[in-house]
Amino acid sequence: MNLRSIVMNPVLDKEFRLRMRSARSAFTVLAYVLVTGLLAMGIIYVLTAGRGTVRVDSETSRMMFYALSIAQLVLIAFMTPALTAGVISGEREKQTLNMLLTTQQSSAAIILSKLTSSLSFMALIIVATIPVYSIVFLYGGVSMGQLASVFLFYLFIMLLLGALGVCFSTLFKRTILAVIMTYGVGLAIFLFTGLAYLFALGIDQANYYGSGAPPRPYSWVGYLLGLNPAGALISIFEPSFSNEVFLVQRSNLQATAPIQLWQQFLLVYSVVIVLMLWIAVRKIRPVRAKRRSKRSDASVTQAVVMHSEADSQEGASTTSGEPEMMKKVEREVGKEQE
Amino acid sequence: MIEIKNLTKMYGHFAALKDVNISIGKGTVFGFVGPNGAGKSTTMSILATLLAPTSGSAKVGGYEVTEYPHEVRKRIGYMPDFFGVYDQFKTTEYLHFYGASYGISRAEREQLIPQLLELVNLSDKQDVYVDSLSRGMKQRLCLARCLVHDPDVLILDEPASGLDPRARIEMREILKELKLMGKTIIISSHILPELAEMVDEIGVIEHGRMVAQGKVADIQNRLRVKRVLHIRLLDRSEELAQRLRDELHVSQVLCDETGVHVHFGGGDAEQSALLASIFAAGFQVISFHEAQSNLEDVFLEITKGGGAHEFA
Repeated sequence: MNLRSIVMNPVLDKEFRLRMRSARSAFTVLAYVLVTGLLAMGIIYVLTAGRGTVRVDSETSRMMFYALSIAQLVLIAFMTPALTAGVISGEREKQTLNMLLTTQQSSAAIILSKLTSSLSFMALIIVATIPVYSIVFLYGGVSMGQLASVFLFYLFIMLLLGALGVCFSTLFKRTILAVIMTYGVGLAIFLFTGLAYLFALGIDQANYYGSGAPPRPYSWVGYLLGLNPAGALISIFEPSFSNEVFLVQRSNLQATAPIQLWQQFLLVYSVVIVLMLWIAVRKIRPVRAKRRSKRSDASVTQAVVMHSEADSQEGASTTSGEPEMMKKVEREVGKEQE
Repeated sequence: MIEIKNLTKMYGHFAALKDVNISIGKGTVFGFVGPNGAGKSTTMSILATLLAPTSGSAKVGGYEVTEYPHEVRKRIGYMPDFFGVYDQFKTTEYLHFYGASYGISRAEREQLIPQLLELVNLSDKQDVYVDSLSRGMKQRLCLARCLVHDPDVLILDEPASGLDPRARIEMREILKELKLMGKTIIISSHILPELAEMVDEIGVIEHGRMVAQGKVADIQNRLRVKRVLHIRLLDRSEELAQRLRDELHVSQVLCDETGVHVHFGGGDAEQSALLASIFAAGFQVISFHEAQSNLEDVFLEITKGGGAHEFA
């Protein structure tokens, strides 16, 4: 068994081949890079407009990087559900899923291969935008480490939205429903968590200053923004951002946030990713093998061997003896299990 | 090889299958017959581990489908009634994908796939994109896919649906070859004459219930399907038709340019007596023969009146 056959299972191999043979894939990469490039030019224009000369210092460059990264995050939020929410329901609609499900490929292999393929394509798109980021590097202010962190964060976001998409694609028969559900949950993660933070922040501030309560090390409201991708991304750019979000009291001995926003984000959504993929693996096949003891399995194997022997003895056309044979086999299995 | 006992599938309050019992021996070709929505595809989906039954048992090769689906999948080749193909694959790539999905090594596949393509008469299409194949070719390719892991059991749901007569004949020839290879085949079809030639047994299902199962001839005997006698005369056909309408055991008489067609309910002795009486009456007979009753007659007889006839 060579390395390729270990890494590439047949479903993943098929997905890669079919995706890269489609002209739509090439157009998708082209369109995405074009949109990112236009956004980058727009950001440069906004940041330099009104100045007499087009002069970019490291501070402006960093701002450009932040703006571009947030814009890319939004683009990923739009693209990933479109790429992943049809992977299972699409096969169902094309009437190829049933044939795939009767092969020896495990449910996990099918789900993970579909997800890996979609995310690999998404990663290809993101990598294709690196030249756009090079504009930022011309002026400094951003380290390679920061860029790598942001790209790793993008991978995690894609994994999150991809897991949601694959899960809904498995649960809903129609792709359109799966896409709507994935965008809906994505919207809740991207928008509602931010709005909930702002709302909770207002209430918390009013209560705190109105009640004259004793000083506290930090406020719980920060946990809400820790569920928001933009909040987590900014906390990667600026580590002090988490302190501000958690309203850390500088006068207090514990002058840091209880957890960095991006750390909370990774922890919480890792659980969500695992849960979504587990549901998808459980639900893709309506019939799943029941867990049995090894002894019970051995007895069934023995019974099946007897069944096959009986079959071959009876010949092709005789079927009348089979029910009796099977009853005998079942009785033996029952005895073994007892 | 296939053992189904008291199989029931409910969708809410609607019973798609009600206590279905089927027993199919190794090497048997079993024709599954029934009107649309009778429960054929539901039964086949359960056997293919694609649907969980509400109650009852279904076993393939001794393995219960709900408990050992992995083992069952190794032993079956399933062809659904409606299926799609991966259009951007070439014919050989398509079979390589499914072969690999069944854990067959590339070296084995390299040997196997040309043989499979030859079996289904697609050897000249091996480098063609699946997209460009005709419907009949796609059906045959799908059949080759079913065979890629050499399963003992083939579950073929309407394999000839939507095919033109020529493609249907080609499909029938391939199935005959598979029968000779000793495969156990469960096949459903709306086109009953095409089944009649190749099946060893039939099962008739209606409204989710099995209404008959066994060899076609046995069922015909049990049903006492009426004989149709074809009589050709030199002349006076109309007169004979008029006369036969009053005969005992005759339920219907039709007369056209090909002769007189008599629906006859009597046995061999009564049939012989009828012929003697025709001679005695001075009619000049050119031919007198019994039309072969076929699977269509059996099916129509069983399913008339909403499955009134039930057989053990």
